Amino acid sequence: MIEAPDLPVWAALLVGLLVVGGAAFALIGSLGLLRLRSFYDRVHAPTLGSTLGVALIVTGSMLCFSVLQSKTLVHELMIFILVSLTTPVTLMLLARAALYRDRTSGSGDVPLTDDDASN
Amino acid sequence: MKRWIPHPLLAAALFIMWLLLNQSVSPGHVVLGAVVALLASRAMAALRPEPVRLASVTPVLELAGLVLADVIRSNLAVARAVLFPRPRVSGFVRVPLDLTNIHGLTVLSCIVTATPGTLWVQFDRTSGVLLIHVLDLIDEEAWVRLLKTRYEARLLRIFAQ
Repeated sequence: MIEAPDLPVWAALLVGLLVVGGAAFALIGSLGLLRLRSFYDRVHAPTLGSTLGVALIVTGSMLCFSVLQSKTLVHELMIFILVSLTTPVTLMLLARAALYRDRTSGSGDVPLTDDDASN
Repeated sequence: MKRWIPHPLLAAALFIMWLLLNQSVSPGHVVLGAVVALLASRAMAALRPEPVRLASVTPVLELAGLVLADVIRSNLAVARAVLFPRPRVSGFVRVPLDLTNIHGLTVLSCIVTATPGTLWVQFDRTSGVLLIHVLDLIDEEAWVRLLKTRYEARLLRIFAQ
């Protein structure tokens, strides 16, 4: 077990809560990837890890190192910004590929064309 | 000014990012960051992107607050749907958009995708119809209303068309 002797109790508690909370959201997201039924449903779940999961862990990390080094550190925010800007690209590619596959094979409950009224 | 800094917003963002990553505001890093920001934004100009014109800045904060609240709320909703499964209907929703600004659409796609429970699937530029997938679809109309009044209306005010 690695000890952090310079971290006061209040900070250690808060950092622990934030990191475990973030990890829990990432875990639930991965569980959702396993448990949800269709492809389109599954794609929703990992977003938990890439939004609140990352946000909580990054906040915990910023708090931990800001207290340890006695100065405000915010560069971890870059991780959050870059993750939230790049995940949509992957998710959209996956969704469009799945839609294309389902449309050409005629399987699944997908809207066939872009202009039919409803599915 | 325009010739030297073709994309002032991008250059500023790159400059701040450089200083953040190096965690320093020493003169050396300020100069280096400025050089990187200038070169990168000039390289960007070679790609000839559509220039970003902000019509109004106040709705930006409003939108950021709304998105933050919505992301937290939908995180909890999707977590609940995963942990305690109950019968629910998921499906596609068609949203006719008035937004045509490419940067506005980019921001909207990030918002829709970053919010668990909604997924940006396809946008048809000629008809302006956006196809999204919703995990917990109860009322189709409510989703269209939500997207249009909560996000699109503000994006229309932020980006000059």
